[in-house]
Amino acid sequence: MNGTKRVLGASFAALLSASAVQAGDVRLMWYSDGVEGEVIQDLLNRFMEENPDINVTLDNVAYKVIMEQLPIQLESGEGPDIARVTNIKELANHWLDLRPLLSDPAYWDTNFGDQFDWMRPDGSDAIPGFLTQLTLTGGFANQTLFEQAGVEMPGEGATWDDWIAASAEVMQSQQTPAAFAIDRSGHRISGPNVSYGANYIGPDGMPAPVDDGTKTFATKLVDWTNEGLMLKDTWVAAAGSTYRAAADDFINAQIPFYYSGSWQVANLSSKIGDGFDWVATGSPCGTAGCSGLKGGAALVAVKYTKNQDDVVKVMEYLSREDVVKEFSERTLFLPAHKGVIEKGGLNWVTEDKNVGPALDAFVKASSETLPAADALPAWVWGNAYYGALVTRISQVMAGEMSLDDAWVRIDQDIADKVAQGN
Amino acid sequence: MATRSISSRIGAVLAAPVIWLARLLNLPLKWWQGMTGTGGMAAFFLAPNMAIFGIFVLLPLVINFAYSMTSGQALFLSDRSYVGGEQYARLMDCGNYLDPTTCREDLFWIALRNTALFVVVQVSMMTVVAMITALILNREIRGRGFWRAVFFFPVLLSPVVVGLIWRWILQREGLLNFILYNVGLEPHVWLTDRFYSFVATVGVSVWAHMGFYTLILLAGLQAIPRDLYEAAEMDGTRAGRVFWRITLPLLMPNLLVVIVLALIRAVQIFDEAYVLTGGGPGTSTLYLTQYIYEVGFASLLRNPGLAAAASIIMGLILVVLTLIQLGLGRRNEKAGERK
Repeated sequence: MNGTKRVLGASFAALLSASAVQAGDVRLMWYSDGVEGEVIQDLLNRFMEENPDINVTLDNVAYKVIMEQLPIQLESGEGPDIARVTNIKELANHWLDLRPLLSDPAYWDTNFGDQFDWMRPDGSDAIPGFLTQLTLTGGFANQTLFEQAGVEMPGEGATWDDWIAASAEVMQSQQTPAAFAIDRSGHRISGPNVSYGANYIGPDGMPAPVDDGTKTFATKLVDWTNEGLMLKDTWVAAAGSTYRAAADDFINAQIPFYYSGSWQVANLSSKIGDGFDWVATGSPCGTAGCSGLKGGAALVAVKYTKNQDDVVKVMEYLSREDVVKEFSERTLFLPAHKGVIEKGGLNWVTEDKNVGPALDAFVKASSETLPAADALPAWVWGNAYYGALVTRISQVMAGEMSLDDAWVRIDQDIADKVAQGN
Repeated sequence: MATRSISSRIGAVLAAPVIWLARLLNLPLKWWQGMTGTGGMAAFFLAPNMAIFGIFVLLPLVINFAYSMTSGQALFLSDRSYVGGEQYARLMDCGNYLDPTTCREDLFWIALRNTALFVVVQVSMMTVVAMITALILNREIRGRGFWRAVFFFPVLLSPVVVGLIWRWILQREGLLNFILYNVGLEPHVWLTDRFYSFVATVGVSVWAHMGFYTLILLAGLQAIPRDLYEAAEMDGTRAGRVFWRITLPLLMPNLLVVIVLALIRAVQIFDEAYVLTGGGPGTSTLYLTQYIYEVGFASLLRNPGLAAAASIIMGLILVVLTLIQLGLGRRNEKAGERK
């Protein structure tokens, strides 16, 4: 009898200790564009030294996993405790409201409050997380190729036509496969669309029909592709709304001009090295302005976590001003923390002379975004628009449909998504 | 003698639990046989397989059908709204079924058309190439074992690896263009060309799976009695006539298996093509499974209901094709028996 009691007691103790370990476990799903995976691991190691009772496991995954698998995990009430995501508005219902759990919600409101609407359901005052980086779409030019071609790089206020014409000259001179490329993404072409006067959001807050602004830039894009100026591999060689970046083509000096965004700075720096000189150009201008599109990757707490207390501790640590500053300096990302931005004095951890000016160019360009672009990150139907644009414009580029048919299809696709989402 | 004694002892020890289990089951099985007869025993032994089939095939099929009658983005059926046959109506909403641009879900019909074309071309090519390869490998050639291994090797590769390898070969800066450039020929951007992209998905798929079908045909060829060939040789029959009159008719059961399996596999084409071309350029290599995957899982704002409806339609197509094949097979068998 005593033996049985001892066995039962030991089992109970083992169970308790097992559940204690589980209580201290926090899983963080993370993707990387550059070196941020290593930086965050380093920061988390320090956190775990300070908090030995909490074990944070960093699951480094591909961006595709974040886009395709995480939403399904979340729909089934599963998933990590914390995740780094870009699809923040669409999945807003799955984020944990940290406001009642934080020791100092006012700190979060002050420093991250401008972007909370990007990641919470409309009308909510929740604090789901914070942006690990503020991003802005914009261009990069291969300075060395321009110099070798003897072509002057377009200056401030240059239009898309100017940039493509100059890049075309470089292409011909340097025998590159194409003059430029834009990532295959509806998000990426939305800044340029807005620069030509597009407004996706109707007066009722619902998607507006494709307007002249979108039509103007999309038509240019198709023409440039047909003329062989835009690299076909990125947009044409895929179907549906599949995302494809053209960064590798720029890194391999296959294109003199590349339109992507600020998050590429670290990637370009580490992969190009001293291969050639490159500069960030901001967004070329259209008829309405020179707008890029703001965005960012957010670190959000998932509401299905069984370990809220430890999740909050991790989130509070990673959102600390000194931690955000160090993260930004080492990853070469623009910080979203108001305090860090206002104090300035960021010491970018790099020996690459191209990086500092590039980040400065993005900071400068962030003041040139148009209101129609600024409204998009917090707009719940943004992805419906982006997906339809990519799918149909690619079909036009591939010669499968006319632009007029594409406009009809885009409106229909968006209407279907809205009907399905409501 | 001593070795045998030790091995028989080890055998006895290993068999003991099985024997013990058999004895344990003997009593209830006897009782069950007494109650239900031999039919009941068959049911008893089939039950585990049927349970696995039911859980992993039938149940998902039923759930998939239930999903196809709902809409929304929620994952759990209980959170989804019932819409009846709306998803099917949306898929079938067409002005002219031969012209996808007149259909509401034009991408579904484009994918269906592409898949049909792929099936016709790939299965024909697969069957012919596998047959030729089997005929060659059945001959007394030098290094026959090595060549058999070479042709079978791609079957062992993961489809994603196959797709990646061929992507590296065919992409703009790929191996093929490198070779073309070095022999003074003009490189070509194969994967942005509609025709070549389609040819690439067919060719890569044939390359990757041909070994398996070759093996089936090889087994069939080796089962054909040699004396038939010897008799034909003595009669001075031409090689072509030997093939049409002896080899092909006797290989027909294996050929039918190859065609049915290749057909089912071709309709399900996804992984290699997805990695190789991503469905492009445009939608020229967008096949049905990729359409279902994109709609249900990969697109921004997913639509699992529509994806489920499309997959049910795809399942029905597969059933019809298989029934036609089996019907043709039976007709051939009966014709063979009459002869």
